[in-house]
Amino acid sequence: MGYLGGFLVSLRQIGRKQRVTTQYPKEKAPKPIRVHGRHVLNRYEDGMEKCIGCELCAGVCPAKCIFVRGADNPIDEPVSPGERFGYIYEINYLRCIHCDLCVEACPTEAITESKMFEFSFTNRADAIYTKAELVVDDDGKPQKMPWEDWREGEDLPTSAWMRATSPSGSAAFEGVVGWSGELGYGIRAPEAAQDIKDSIATPLDMIDEQSHAHQDHAPGTQEHVSPGHTDNDDEGERGGDR
Amino acid sequence: MFGGDPLLTGQVDLTVVLIVLLKVVAVFVFLLVATMLMIWFERKVVSDFQNRVGPNTAGPFGILQTLADGIKFFFKEDLIPERAERRVFILAPLLTVVPAFLLFTIVPFGGDFSNGHDGSVELFGRTTYLQVADPAIGILFALAMSSIAVYGVMLAGWSSGSKYPLIGSVRASAQMVSYEAALGLSVCAVVLTTGTLSTHGIVMAQAGSGWGGFIPHWNLIATGFVPFVVFLLASQAELNRPPFDLVEAEQELVGSYHTEYSSIRFALFFVAEFMNSVTMAAIIVTLFLGGPAGPALLGPGWMWGIIWFFVKIVAFLFLFVWVRSTLPRVRYDQLMDLGWKVLIPLSLGWLLLLATFWVARDQQWNGFITIAIGAVVGLTGYGLLKAAIATSRARRLEGVVD
Repeated sequence: MGYLGGFLVSLRQIGRKQRVTTQYPKEKAPKPIRVHGRHVLNRYEDGMEKCIGCELCAGVCPAKCIFVRGADNPIDEPVSPGERFGYIYEINYLRCIHCDLCVEACPTEAITESKMFEFSFTNRADAIYTKAELVVDDDGKPQKMPWEDWREGEDLPTSAWMRATSPSGSAAFEGVVGWSGELGYGIRAPEAAQDIKDSIATPLDMIDEQSHAHQDHAPGTQEHVSPGHTDNDDEGERGGDR
Repeated sequence: MFGGDPLLTGQVDLTVVLIVLLKVVAVFVFLLVATMLMIWFERKVVSDFQNRVGPNTAGPFGILQTLADGIKFFFKEDLIPERAERRVFILAPLLTVVPAFLLFTIVPFGGDFSNGHDGSVELFGRTTYLQVADPAIGILFALAMSSIAVYGVMLAGWSSGSKYPLIGSVRASAQMVSYEAALGLSVCAVVLTTGTLSTHGIVMAQAGSGWGGFIPHWNLIATGFVPFVVFLLASQAELNRPPFDLVEAEQELVGSYHTEYSSIRFALFFVAEFMNSVTMAAIIVTLFLGGPAGPALLGPGWMWGIIWFFVKIVAFLFLFVWVRSTLPRVRYDQLMDLGWKVLIPLSLGWLLLLATFWVARDQQWNGFITIAIGAVVGLTGYGLLKAAIATSRARRLEGVVD
């Protein structure tokens, strides 16, 4: 068809049921497991708060939306296990960009993020979350404000384990538990193997059929699909004659 | 002055004035509704091409989306930039939208052309054509109006007092002026073939049962396809539609000449653009595909004129959307090359060939020799053009000319 072949390519799409659109308010696309949402302040299994008021989160915040002031723990009724605790903790969600740098900076896994990002306010006071809203409740679940849209099961994967798959950012630590327990859950299990999740990131119906047929010409796709590969296997496949 | 419309040849009384007014209002309303539906149609079809859903919330199938957008535009704040040339800034959208309306006045949108009728219909006891005006200058009026629309674009960019709109408007005017030439030359081929400038006359020449009783007597065939293809390509460039939408290349120019416009002034540009798409489809149909002419299958003949006209227009509008959703935007030098080095020489050469054939037929020349000479001259011209382009490119590479 030469120059006009492209017109057939686009014409064939007409009337197909396949749609890439998600009708957002009516149906909602599944969120990735590590999506950055509203923060929570975690507690230890004995109910103590993890925050020690060190202000590292406030220091690292690029949007300057976190305000923290630490104070010495009351001797008779300590809030956190250490010397200091987060006396004031405020996050301004009109400024927060959900970059999760605070989560990475936190030395005690006190601040983590939930998957919930669908919340809006009608006044500025509501947008500033204080400790009263951020600290998890006695079951270890995030508190739910009336203007927040929580979906089923989203209050579960709130805490450090979803970030801590590779503590210190080193892949060598994958699967090693390097985090403390938390209220309501204890010590969370490590995240499942990452290569499996990489393979399910692309829905099957979105993958071009032709690339399946020529898979042996594209070793790059093969690496991600099959779990449990080591580097040596990949080397063998690239040079191999499959 | 009013041309061949039988309504205006006799006594002009109140009924005649009312009929003219009725036609004006009908065309005005039709254009507004058609533009509204065209915007919806384009968004819906493009999203179908791209596996999306498109507007689906306002009204059934989202058909009222444009209405909602229009209402929103009316309520938005109307900004005039501080450095803008105020009067020209306000004038420019009107200069774009008024020609868009006027352009349609010469288009025959209906009429009884079946079985040798002359396309006139009875309205309130008077005989008239179903078109607002049938001036003697006919199709030249369309070219004039589309040239005036260039002023709207150019002045909008210039008066904004901003850089990107200025660049966009310079691009727009350069593009529209260069493609106007190819457009005009292919219109010339039609005028040469039908022997009249009047749009009604052009449609009349294409009416009838056609060659062999079933191949319609369309100018598409009578002019030998080439002017039609040239006109179709040039019209897309003239409309600034993809793949020739360099004027509105968002990635480079923000929104081009209407960047600084907001509220209803922006909407006027937007409406004019889509209205021009509808009108250009109508003009293509009039020039090359017989306009409302077509056989009356059942029922009254005047109804079938309107039906054929709509069917043909919708087919072309779909083609426009199809082209838009398929082709990527061309580069600016490719755009200019296509205009000046391909379309203009092609349409000019074809016009000369057509003229030769008509003269040869009148003068009873030997057909074979005429064709042979025409082919030789055409090929020589093509070779000379290629040589000229190659030479200029070589000289440019050598750095002889900058």
